[in-house]
Amino acid sequence: MKVQANENRAAERTEQIRVEGLSKSFGGGDRVVDDLSFTVLQGDILALLGPSGCGKTTTLRMIAGFETPDAGDIFLHGRKVTNLSPQKRNIGIVFQDYALFPHMRVDENIMFGMRLIPPAERAARIDKWLDLVALRGLEKRYPHQLSGGQQQRVALARTLAAEPDLLLLDEPFSNLDAALRNTTRNEMRQLIKETGVTVILVTHDQAEALTFADQVGMMSEGRLCQLGTPEQIYQQPQNALVAEFLGHTNLILAELDGKIAKTPLGTMTTTVQKHGTYWVSVRPEHLEVVSDPEGEGRIMTREFRGPDCYYEVEYRGQEYKVLSPFYCTLNMGEPVSLRIIHPGVVLKDDPDCPRCPVVSCVR
Amino acid sequence: MTGYNELMQYQIGLMRKWIFGAGRKAPPSLLVPALVVAAAMFVPLVYLVARAMQADRQQLVTLVFSSRNLELLINTLLLTGGVLAIGTFLSLPLAWLVTRTTLPWRRLVTVLAVVPLAIPGYVMAYALMGIGGRYGVAARLFDLQIPNIQGYWGAVIALALYTFPYLFLNLRAALLGLDSSLEESARSLGYSNMQIVRKVIFPHLLPGLLAGYLVVGLYVMGDFGAIALMRYEAFSFAIYNQYAGAFDRIYAAWLSIMLLALALSFVVMEIFVLRRRRLASVGSGSIRPAKPAVLKKLLPVAILYLIVVLGSSVLLPVLMLAYWLVLAPPDISIFLQVPWTFVSSASAALPAALLAVVLAFPLCYLAARYPSPLIIWMERSAYIGYALPPLTLALAMVFFALQTAFFLYQTIFLLIVAWTIATLVLAMGPIRSAILQARPNLEEASWSLGYGPIATFFYVLLPRLRRGIIAGIVLVFLFCMKELPITLLLSPTGFNTLAVSVFTRTVEGMMAEAAPFAAAIVLFSGISVGMILRREKAL
Repeated sequence: MKVQANENRAAERTEQIRVEGLSKSFGGGDRVVDDLSFTVLQGDILALLGPSGCGKTTTLRMIAGFETPDAGDIFLHGRKVTNLSPQKRNIGIVFQDYALFPHMRVDENIMFGMRLIPPAERAARIDKWLDLVALRGLEKRYPHQLSGGQQQRVALARTLAAEPDLLLLDEPFSNLDAALRNTTRNEMRQLIKETGVTVILVTHDQAEALTFADQVGMMSEGRLCQLGTPEQIYQQPQNALVAEFLGHTNLILAELDGKIAKTPLGTMTTTVQKHGTYWVSVRPEHLEVVSDPEGEGRIMTREFRGPDCYYEVEYRGQEYKVLSPFYCTLNMGEPVSLRIIHPGVVLKDDPDCPRCPVVSCVR
Repeated sequence: MTGYNELMQYQIGLMRKWIFGAGRKAPPSLLVPALVVAAAMFVPLVYLVARAMQADRQQLVTLVFSSRNLELLINTLLLTGGVLAIGTFLSLPLAWLVTRTTLPWRRLVTVLAVVPLAIPGYVMAYALMGIGGRYGVAARLFDLQIPNIQGYWGAVIALALYTFPYLFLNLRAALLGLDSSLEESARSLGYSNMQIVRKVIFPHLLPGLLAGYLVVGLYVMGDFGAIALMRYEAFSFAIYNQYAGAFDRIYAAWLSIMLLALALSFVVMEIFVLRRRRLASVGSGSIRPAKPAVLKKLLPVAILYLIVVLGSSVLLPVLMLAYWLVLAPPDISIFLQVPWTFVSSASAALPAALLAVVLAFPLCYLAARYPSPLIIWMERSAYIGYALPPLTLALAMVFFALQTAFFLYQTIFLLIVAWTIATLVLAMGPIRSAILQARPNLEEASWSLGYGPIATFFYVLLPRLRRGIIAGIVLVFLFCMKELPITLLLSPTGFNTLAVSVFTRTVEGMMAEAAPFAAAIVLFSGISVGMILRREKAL
C-alpha cells in the first residue's frame, strides 16, 4: 500500500536529477563506479549507502563536477550537465569536513554563497539564514571558534544561500559526536524539507540513511544493488548484501513450494511465491526463543541491551541471531527452542553461493 | 582494422593519463606557464653542452684528458672531504651535547650553533685572512707574526665554519627523533655502550648525516668566494679564471660539465647508500626521548670544545669585523656607500624574488592538485637550477645570451633570470607546503558556489597562501642579496652589490674598506637565520 502511495506521489512531481550509465576508474584500475543509473525527484532526499570504497563519494563528486566520468551522463532538470564545469552546474555541496573558509567570519562565509544576489538584499538574507540555522549572535565569529555542529550549520547555510538546484551532502554527520548526531539529523532534515531542496547524501551509516532519506540506494563495488524507500530496503532486501548491511539478519537456505518454505527451523511462510531452493532472510526480531527443557537449541551469547535482549542460539550446528523483548530471562547454555513468527524474505542470491553479492547487484 | 583503432584509442588514452593524470584535467591556463617554466630550467644545460660540443675532436682530447683536470678533481675532492671531516667534528659532538646531556644553557648553545649560517663563506674567508700576515690584526694588536691563512687550509676552515650548522641541524633532528626504547632494549639484551652506538645510534644518524653531507658537499663544490679568496685551485676557481682571465670559453664549459658530473655522482652515491634502508619506527606509539646523560668529569672537556667551536665560528668573525669597523675604520665615505650598494643589490634581488614566486606557483599548484607523471617530472625539473653549481649556471647563461638572446647580454635582466633559475626550488618549498595545507575542499566549495578559477584564487586560495608566498619571497631575496659567483659573472658593468664589494676589496687586500659591506651582509643574513630558527620549532 505504501509503495503504491509513493508511486502516485511520484507521478505528480518532476525529475530533478537523472544519472545514466555513469562509470569511472582511476589510473586504469578497476571501475570505482560501474554503469550507475538512478533518478531523484524534486524535493526528495536520496541516500547513497554503502561500505567505504563502494564508489559513493566518487559518484557524488562526479555529480558536483569535481571528477569527469569515463562514461555516462548526468541530467539536471532534463538538461545534460556532464561536461559543465562545477561553477556552472548550480549544485551545492557540503563536505564531510565542512570546508569553511578559515579566513572568513560566519557571515562572510554565508555571504560568499550569495554571488548572484544583489548586494542590497544580502544583509536581510543573512539574517534569515542565521535564524534558520539558529546561529544568530555568532555571525562575527571565525570558524575555528565554533563547535562541530555549528560549523556544519554554517556550511549548510552557505550552500543553501546560493539557492542550488541540488544539494549534495558528503557524510554530513560523521564528524559529529554521537550525542549530537541524532538531534542535528532531525533539525537538518526539517530545514531541508522547509526549503524544499532536492538532496543526495552519501553515508556508510545505515541508521542515518534509514531515518534521513526518502529513498535509499545501496551501493557495492561501484554498482547500485537496490533502490527504494527505507522501509522497502529494510523489509524487503533483494539480496544478502543489502539484508546484512542494514542490520543483523539470519540467512537460511529454504526449500520453497509457493509461499511455504521448509527450513532447518521448521516450516515458515515467505513474502513471495517461488519454487525450488532459495536463501531466505529472517531478521532477529522475527525469531522467537523460548525456554524448553527438550529444545535442541542452546544459548551461546546473551547481551542485555536495555530496551531489548540479543541472543545467539546454536541449533543443529547453525547459529541464529534472535532479538527478544526487554525481559532477558534466558541464561547461557540454557536449552531453548526457536520459532519463526514473521514471513521470511526470499533473496535473489545464488543458492550455491550466498556471498557472491556482485552477481545480484548487476542493475 | 577495428583492432588497430582500438589499440590507437588505448594508446591515446594512456598518453592522456600520462599528461593529465587520472582525475580532472589540469587547466591549460596553468599547464602552459608551468611547461614554459620547466622548459626554461633546461636552457642552461642545453647551452652548456652546445658550447662544449664546439670543440673539435683533437682539442677535446687535450681538453678533457689533461693532467690539470685530474689535479683539479683531486683538489676539489680533498676540499670537500676536508670540509665534511671538520664539519663533522664541529657538529656531531655539539648535537649530542645539546640533545642528550645536562649541559647548561643548551638552548643558547643551539641558537649560537646556527648563527654561523649568517656569515657566508667569503665573509668567513675575509675574517680569517685578516688575522695573519704582516698587516694582519695579530701583528697590529699583539705584535704577533702569524703566517697568512691561505690555500687549502684556509678554504677548508672558512667553508667548514660556514656550513657546519647544516650538519648540526640534521644531526640534532636525528638525535631528537631517536626512540630511547631502541637503546634500552639493546642494553637489556646485554650490549655495551660502544656496541649500542655502533649498532643502534649510528645507523639512525646516517640518513641525516648523509643528507647534510649532500647539501654541504654540493655547496662546497659550487662555492667560489671562499675558494677564490684563499686562492685554492679547485674546479670553480679554475672555471672563473678560464672565463675571466684566459677567455677560453670552451674549456670553461668542459670544466663546468666535469664539475656538474662530480655533483651528480654525489647525488647518485647518496641515493645508492640510502636505498633499501628503512629507519622509520616500526611499532606504534610516540617516541620517548632518552634520559639526558650527566656530564660530570667530561664537563671541562665539553666547555673547551664549545669555546673552540663557537669561538671560531661566531666570535672570531664578529671580533674581526668589529676591529675593522671600530679600531681601524675606513674613510667615512665608504660607510656612506653602503646604503646605495644595498639599494643596488635589492633592485635586482627583489624582482628575482617576485619572479621566482610567480613562476613557482603554477608548478606547485599543479603538482599538489593535478599530479600526473608529466607534472611530477615538471616539478622535479626545478631542481636542475639548484643542483647546477652557480658558476656553471652563470656561464651557461652567458652562452645563452651570446648565442640566442644577445639583447640580454650585459643587462640586469640576465642576472635576474639566472638568479630565478637558481632559486626556484627555494621559492617552491614554502608555497608547496602552504598549498598542501590548504585543503582542496575549499576550492571545490568555491567552485560549487559558482565562482570561477580566478575568483577562487583571489578569494579563497591567496588568503591561505599569503604566509607561504611571503616566506618564498624572503628566502629568495636573502639568497640573492648575498649571492656572489652568479653576480660576479653576469652583473653588467657599473652594477654593484654588497657581496661583490666585499669580494673585490678583499682580493685587493683592502680589509677595512670591505668591512662595512661584510657587516651589512652578516646583519641582513641574520634574518634568514632567524627564519631557520623559527622553523626548528623546539628552539
